[in-house]
Amino acid sequence: MIDFGYTLSKSGTLKIENLDDSRFKALHKLEPDAYKCINCGSCTASCSAGVFTELSLRKILLSLQRGDEKDYINQLQSCMLCGKCMLVCPRGINTRHLILSISKIYNTVDR
Amino acid sequence: MRERFLVGFDPFVLPFLLGMAFVLTYCIIGLIKVILQLSKADRRKLAVSLFKPANAWKNLRDMFCDCLIHVKLWKRNPKLGYMHSSIAFGWFMLIVFGHIETFIFVPKKAGLFYYPIFFRYFMEMENYNLRGSFFFFIMDFFLLVVLSGIVLAMYKRIRSRFFGMRRTTRLSITDRVGLYSLWAIFPLRWIAEGFTAGIAGGSFMTIPINLLLKNFMSNPENITVAWWLYSIALGTFMFALPFSRYMHIPAEILLIPMKNAGLKVYHPRKGFSLAQIYTCPSCGVCIDACPMSASRQNLKDTTVYLVRQIKRNNARRMNAMTDKCLMCGKCQEVCQIALQSYDIRMRIRERATYNVGLKYDYLDSYQPETGKCKVLYYAGCMSSLTPVTGRSIKKLLDTARINWTQMDAGGGVCCGRPLILAGRRNEAAALIEKNTAVIESSGAQILLVSCAICYRVFKEEYKLKGIKVMHYTEYFNELMEEGRLKLNRGELRYAYHDPCDLGRGCGIYDEPREALSRVGIIAPAEKERAMSVCCGGSVGSLTLDFESRAPITEASVQNMLFSNPDRIVTACPLCLKTFALYSPVKVVDFAEALCDGLEKKS
Ligand code: SF4
Ligand code: SF4
Ligand code: SF4
Ligand code: SF4
Repeated sequence: MIDFGYTLSKSGTLKIENLDDSRFKALHKLEPDAYKCINCGSCTASCSAGVFTELSLRKILLSLQRGDEKDYINQLQSCMLCGKCMLVCPRGINTRHLILSISKIYNTVDR
Repeated sequence: MRERFLVGFDPFVLPFLLGMAFVLTYCIIGLIKVILQLSKADRRKLAVSLFKPANAWKNLRDMFCDCLIHVKLWKRNPKLGYMHSSIAFGWFMLIVFGHIETFIFVPKKAGLFYYPIFFRYFMEMENYNLRGSFFFFIMDFFLLVVLSGIVLAMYKRIRSRFFGMRRTTRLSITDRVGLYSLWAIFPLRWIAEGFTAGIAGGSFMTIPINLLLKNFMSNPENITVAWWLYSIALGTFMFALPFSRYMHIPAEILLIPMKNAGLKVYHPRKGFSLAQIYTCPSCGVCIDACPMSASRQNLKDTTVYLVRQIKRNNARRMNAMTDKCLMCGKCQEVCQIALQSYDIRMRIRERATYNVGLKYDYLDSYQPETGKCKVLYYAGCMSSLTPVTGRSIKKLLDTARINWTQMDAGGGVCCGRPLILAGRRNEAAALIEKNTAVIESSGAQILLVSCAICYRVFKEEYKLKGIKVMHYTEYFNELMEEGRLKLNRGELRYAYHDPCDLGRGCGIYDEPREALSRVGIIAPAEKERAMSVCCGGSVGSLTLDFESRAPITEASVQNMLFSNPDRIVTACPLCLKTFALYSPVKVVDFAEALCDGLEKKS
């Protein structure tokens, strides 16, 4: 390899060519609001379960958008479905149904 | 009166007879099926209640009032009430008097099923006497009653507005067959009896049409054709009945004793629930009542159509319709058979799987410092998003010098109702258990809640020993009644919204109004109390998105603006947030409104 005097570092977050978004598309079909999130974090800030656990709906959605479902999704197990996130979301996302739909498609039972 | 023929039979009775046999067989099999589907305990409950004299009397009275006279429908909508009861009661009387006639004049034919129905064909009149003309008159009178109902029913299909209904049910094919044959039965009976009126006699309805076309009518061949048509209409109706909404006629007779026995819905389409499903006559009253009907695309998800899909066992539609519903309970409130749509929908939701492995073991470490207090305030998730609620409650409690603590000031555990509404009843048990432990350890006498959603679940699902659960509307009203909280009356006009879970859910209508009338003037909403309209924000709906909720909220706000209030007051943080998005006038929390009475101390 020719030495140009510098190297290209590996992409840290996303390999677009490896992205498998079929599940996310399925999720979008079940709950069209899935694409609406702007990762503002209001949901996480107001989360009832977030007081006790690491649950962050923002992180979960972000990781799912990136086709990376392993890291955060098990956090959903602590959600109380209270709906606070739905009330604070500036995008009016139906978060409760989104959470249920994520569980349905990504199966959060045995994680 | 004497018999016209030696053999009291003519082939034209066959369509009726076959139809009747079919319906009876179908109903008996259905009855056995429903009874077998009941649990052993429920079956015993039903049997015991059947033989209790008080209950037996209640059953009979309900059957008369509900099946024949449609008392509840009369109260809600007199025009609809007349339409339904004229057909049901008129037809019933025709059958009863038909049998009495047969018993009196030809007792030996009384065992024949069809004889009383086609009485005028088989009989011949010798001479008029008082007894005979009495029956002629009665039969013609009730025929007129039924026909008037049929005319109204036809008019309803053209102009439902005349009955105060914006929308009527879209009928299925079998419903149509049933409907048109039902419409045909009585005019055909009229004509058929008109044909024989010259022979068998008649009264003010049948004699005139007989006289009108005397020659044509007395031709024996034409007579048989008319009676054939009448019998065919009856037969068609009977064959369509089990597959159409007219199944409500036999089903209601089963439903009434089940209801009076106090059975519970345990499965969406078995046992008690099945009896309810088949008793729904698709009257369509629940369409206009449903807040979702504010936009057209949701019309098909109202209860009357859910009932139809449950009949068809269409699981996909059943789930979709159930998940959309706001669980506001309005349809159940207006329903003439009080169809328990809330329970049925809950059972459907509980059957849905989400692969959501909810685990709440992290709550083990949750031990909030409540200290020892008399009144323990639980704000709940929603009230923590409307800080004004908490601030106002604090002001009021401190003014009344109450010894109180807030249990979830630093973040608490959800009451569990949102989980239950999502069908996750078992998972909710963990939250309920945790909250119960915290509340009981506080030694409080009163648990104060400021959210209608929490209040309902505390009332229905929690078993708190020695602790009284009070909604803040009840509690503050009581404080004022006892003179412990003194507020000044101002000039503001408040329109009070009944939150679904507080009003229809727990029956609290008077306390908030009494309390508010001490600080201002109540400006009534157009529909209120049990008829109140859901704000549209309900956590009961799982799938309604933000955009589809907007028309619901707008309609509900309009309802509140009926008498030009200065403020819309609600006693639920969720309604508060929802209304605030669309209301042109200021929306305030109940406690905030009471605080208006604190300020103007002169
Ligand atoms: S519904 Fe779940 S994610 Fe949303 S605020 Fe409540 S606990 Fe958090
Ligand atoms: S509040 Fe709504 S938009 Fe913001 S991160 Fe959460 S889901 Fe996304
Ligand atoms: S559910 Fe009740 S209100 Fe609705 S159509 Fe049936 S009987 Fe009528
Ligand atoms: S509960 Fe309310 S939203 Fe649901 S179908 Fe009945 S009236 Fe409509």
